[in-house]
Amino acid sequence: MFYREAGDFKTSYVADSQTFPIAFDRWRYYAVLAVAFGVIPFFINDYWANAVLIPFLIYAIAAIGLNILTGYCGQVSLGTGGFMAVGAYAVYKLMTAFPDISIVIHILLAGGITAAVGVLFGLPSLRIKGFYLAVATLAAQFFLVWLFNRVPWFYNYSASGQISSPERTVLGVAVTGPAAPAWASYMICLVFVAVLAWVARNLTRGNLGRQWMAIRDMDIAAEIIGVNPLMAKLTAFAISSFFVGVAGALFFAVYLGAVEVGEAFGIQKSFLVLFMIIIGGLGSIFGSFAGAAFLVLLPVFLKNVLVGGLGWPTDLAAHIELMIVGGLIVAFLIAEPHGIAQLWRVAKEKLRLWPFPH
Amino acid sequence: MPDTLLFAAEVTLNGLMAGVMYALVALGFVLIFKASGIFNYAQGVMALFAALTLVGIQQGQVPFAHLINAVFGTSVHHFGWTVPSLLAIALTVVVMIALAIAVERLVLKYLVNQEPIILFMATIGLAYFLEGFGDVMWGADIKRLDVGLPQGLNSVIDETTFNIFGYGFFIDNLDIVATVIAAALVLSLTVYSQFSRDGRALRAVADDHQAALSVGISLRYIWVLVWAIAGFVALVAGIMWGTKLGVQFSLSLIALKALPVLMLGGFTSIPGAIVGGLIIGMGEKLFEFFVGPLIGGATENWFAYVLALLFLVFRPQGLFGEKIIERV
Repeated sequence: MFYREAGDFKTSYVADSQTFPIAFDRWRYYAVLAVAFGVIPFFINDYWANAVLIPFLIYAIAAIGLNILTGYCGQVSLGTGGFMAVGAYAVYKLMTAFPDISIVIHILLAGGITAAVGVLFGLPSLRIKGFYLAVATLAAQFFLVWLFNRVPWFYNYSASGQISSPERTVLGVAVTGPAAPAWASYMICLVFVAVLAWVARNLTRGNLGRQWMAIRDMDIAAEIIGVNPLMAKLTAFAISSFFVGVAGALFFAVYLGAVEVGEAFGIQKSFLVLFMIIIGGLGSIFGSFAGAAFLVLLPVFLKNVLVGGLGWPTDLAAHIELMIVGGLIVAFLIAEPHGIAQLWRVAKEKLRLWPFPH
Repeated sequence: MPDTLLFAAEVTLNGLMAGVMYALVALGFVLIFKASGIFNYAQGVMALFAALTLVGIQQGQVPFAHLINAVFGTSVHHFGWTVPSLLAIALTVVVMIALAIAVERLVLKYLVNQEPIILFMATIGLAYFLEGFGDVMWGADIKRLDVGLPQGLNSVIDETTFNIFGYGFFIDNLDIVATVIAAALVLSLTVYSQFSRDGRALRAVADDHQAALSVGISLRYIWVLVWAIAGFVALVAGIMWGTKLGVQFSLSLIALKALPVLMLGGFTSIPGAIVGGLIIGMGEKLFEFFVGPLIGGATENWFAYVLALLFLVFRPQGLFGEKIIERV
């Protein structure tokens, strides 16, 4: 019924190596894109945009970025929050310094700056491995947050120490600032997500992705078969940081609008994105989306049930939410260490054979 | 002696004392890492949980009072009695042992043979769970912890140094107690692991899981044991830090301070944890004292990490860690 290859003959190499080789999968992908671009913008309202859709899209970019580094290249990073802060402050400085240039270019440049910072903090990965590296990336996290807090140049000497995004337009429609309509904020995030996910998917399928995976599976063996660990690890750090930087820039400019660095980009954010890729699935682009969706929706859902449904006080609900998130992570790791993406793969295999499983 | 030098000496001493406090947390990490290869991120939250439980028992709080009130519409808070400190500590140890058994039964048992990174993530999940659990059980407000430890300026040191240098050193009594307790703890742990039957089994497991299993050591028992010991170390750290800062959420963040200590000392070495703690404690206080004012202050947030990072580039296994040998 579903996911049948039968009758779907490939007649060219291009057709054979496409991202979604199964026709059903391909059409489902087009359908999702069509709904996201053609239907949701007309029905979106402020609550859905701010509570669910925009954070989901932005976290999806950050999760893809971290997944490239951790899931594909095997380098655990706890510095995601710090790198998001770099993206946010870079875009803020660019927006205020060059107000005439399009914000899209600013966001991409912010990603580039974050990539450079990421490479800098990625350099020790050539010597340090495993847990030592994970803890070493915390140096990036704490140092960057401290830097943005203490050096007034980064927040343009504003009295509050906060940064807030001025209004910028794309094609004549405001996308940042308080006057931006929900659909415009949603659309700019969606465009970035769609393009970056496409780039990530194809990077991980290609030469570079295979090098990363070889390094992840066993770095010494990879080195012996001719993968250059310096290049592989540093490209992973650079590209991952680019994604995370773009996510940080969007998080600040489009989603929050005003940011206090310790609060918005603290260590909690690093762990949140890490959880997304664990729950979603390490080494899977779809998993990044699934994990982001899960961890964005879960608090909203729990809040609605516990506070709205049962009428419990919010602080109690917040603590129970912590317990449930922690418990779910452990449960997920026990039941399916490869995350939602693996569940999805298993489900697809089942569907292919359904209704005659033998 | 010039004033700056005296100041620096005082800062160094205080840094060393603070380092002992970091080392107390780092000890718990090392114990679990050695025995099971698990990097237990939840150690800091365990310290918080232990301190919360201790205060709760001491003051006769009703566990889960907040939850019970929310569900049944009652308003219970305290049983109306207080428990003496020593009994409360003993009861908390029982709770921590129960926690160790629960962790082994519910989590670790299912994760045998998983990759270290998966186990690490599981302990992060555990940390979240415990944090929420502790808050639901005992409430999230800041509590004062007082088990009768001396606190405040040590007047003997103050007077002696004043008589010698003409400047009194400020040393907190609590830090001195912490140093003594840490020394006793390390000594007893070393004796325990060297000479007792369980201690030898523990070292055997740390050396090689499979070989230990094949000579008849129960892995699960050892894991419960080591988590219980780590729980006890967490309790000691929780008492020290709780007395110093009050029992509150930020207590769990001391785990983050212990990480660079571990990196510096090596994940597998108990003396390394102590020496690493001393270096970090002294280094960050001195750096804050000399360089901090020039670049905006509050350098303690990141100095330890950057120091550890730079150090690791030259010696990836830490000061006392086992030499990393890699094979294909």
